[in-house]
Amino acid sequence: MSQETAMAEGGFWRDTGRTGIGAWIFSTDHKRIGLMYLYCVLGFFLVGAFLGLLIRLELMAPGPTIMTAKTYNALFTVHGVVMIFLFIIPGIPASFGNLVLPIQLGARDVAFPRVNLFSWWLYATGAIIVLVSLFTGGGAPDTGWTFYVPFSARTTTNVSLAVFGVFVLGFSSILTGINFITTIHRMRAPGMTWTRIPLFTWSLYATAWVQVLATPIIAITLLLVVTERILGLGLFDPTRGGDPVMYQHMFWIYSHPAVYIMILPGMGVISDIIPVFSRKPIFGYKMIAFSSLAIAAAGSAVWGHHMYTSGMSDTGVLVFSFLTFIVAIPSAIKVFNWVSTMYKGSISLEAPMLFALSFILLFSIGGLSGLILGAAATDIHVHDTHFVVGHFHYVMFGGTGFAFFAAAHYWLPKYFGRRYREKPAIVGWVFMFIGFNILYFTMQVLGMEGMPRRYYDYLPEFARLNFVATVGSWILIAGVIIVVWNLWHGLFKGEAFAGNPWGGATLEWSVATPPPTENFEEDPVVTHGPYDFKGAGVP
Amino acid sequence: MTEEHAEHILSYGKLTTVWVTLLVLTAATIMVTRVELGVWKVWAALAIASIKSGLVIAFFMHMKYEPRLFRIILFVALFTLAGFIGGTFFDVLYR
Repeated sequence: MSQETAMAEGGFWRDTGRTGIGAWIFSTDHKRIGLMYLYCVLGFFLVGAFLGLLIRLELMAPGPTIMTAKTYNALFTVHGVVMIFLFIIPGIPASFGNLVLPIQLGARDVAFPRVNLFSWWLYATGAIIVLVSLFTGGGAPDTGWTFYVPFSARTTTNVSLAVFGVFVLGFSSILTGINFITTIHRMRAPGMTWTRIPLFTWSLYATAWVQVLATPIIAITLLLVVTERILGLGLFDPTRGGDPVMYQHMFWIYSHPAVYIMILPGMGVISDIIPVFSRKPIFGYKMIAFSSLAIAAAGSAVWGHHMYTSGMSDTGVLVFSFLTFIVAIPSAIKVFNWVSTMYKGSISLEAPMLFALSFILLFSIGGLSGLILGAAATDIHVHDTHFVVGHFHYVMFGGTGFAFFAAAHYWLPKYFGRRYREKPAIVGWVFMFIGFNILYFTMQVLGMEGMPRRYYDYLPEFARLNFVATVGSWILIAGVIIVVWNLWHGLFKGEAFAGNPWGGATLEWSVATPPPTENFEEDPVVTHGPYDFKGAGVP
Repeated sequence: MTEEHAEHILSYGKLTTVWVTLLVLTAATIMVTRVELGVWKVWAALAIASIKSGLVIAFFMHMKYEPRLFRIILFVALFTLAGFIGGTFFDVLYR
């Protein structure tokens, strides 16, 4: 057997008792589960991106362009629901977390492999329920992904089924969180002390806590919306003693920490890639590790900054504005440490590094524009405008989205035994980076000028910049297509990828390519830190 | 990772004592509602409820006999919940 064939068919790809699809959907191997998540989240990302493209086409010119106002309302809702709940929340933790975390710890699998498979089934079930809700009952929800009352309690669209789907997805997230926390506490190889845990796994640890502690709140909140719709209890209806602002509190108590479920794993990816492609140990390992925990803790206490204009008390606004600024500190610690790691490093600009570098820039722009929104005085002016849309796309797509592609280019060749072509990857990245900034920076300018979000139509003075933003979306989507096609083609048909070509010092680079079913031939004993290249014997 | 602990089996006597204490505290909750305490009524009810849940967690759920790590994890969860409720009151109390 040639070396090439052996790699693509070896390792965990071959060792299974079952055949066909059953070898995947009933497998408890963390790598197979990770790949199943990966295929699903990538599929939903492409669906969500297509919906986003349609939204931009509608906004290309004032007045009706390609759809009705009702369709537009449904489109931005479904774009949000798909991107948030089906792509970005499970995106990095469930796919790359499953693929990488146990091997980075020196474990043969996660602590509860069957629960891990059950998590994937819950994810698949929740996703199907959400998809069914789009085409049944009163049609796709038109509330925005936040499902705000009182509108979500009254609209005739299929809100009940959609939020039930999100409810099920939440349990998938909680179980993954419990699994990762237990794995990190209980399954570390001998010698894998807390300060030798790779920073990607550290970030998943912080993420898992948020998943476990915050997700139950959205679950109960969404159930309350369903009971409100079916039984009309009046929980959020002021005429019957209810409080609509209380819904917003409960929604954001989960959904703001959820932002950190989305971004923390992305930060972990960057922390693992930067030292490898700078040929230098990470600068400030402990500070980066603890700042993940600090972001998780502080990020759980700032939900009120979504509600400055919702009728919250002035004291509440003051407290939440103050707390919001605290989150900037651990975020900045990470950025400064990444930049310090690169200082005087031998930087090699390959695809994973390019995505990682653009993460730092785009996340910084997103984070700094977040301070404008965190300060109550300035937020009042740009609340619910395109500035907010631009801001969170910088953080979520420029941050997590680019980190997702960085992780894909960095780790997937190891699991497939084949690699993508470098040149198309870089061309795709250039398109994505340019298109991204044209699209979302323009949105921020539009928001500053007063263009509201979620509006089907707009004043003529916004026409020029909206056209520019739409052109940016075409460039961005062209880049995404090139990158995804190149990855897909390379991973299944590309040239062989073996050993440790990037020169990583974490454990996943010490195992065979692709990794065997139980990861290690013999239980590893860890004798060096995750970025100690000399200790790992990497040139 | 090595902190294995032996199964701890509680005696019927101890379990019954905890159960009776819970019943007494339930009765106390009802009696408190009949005493005129003003705003302290809610705090009294919450205090009794906290003691009751503490007993359930410590004895029926065995937390008293679990490794320290589990107690820390429980504390983190309770602290977070208190933070969520407390943060909400910065709005509700001052509106």
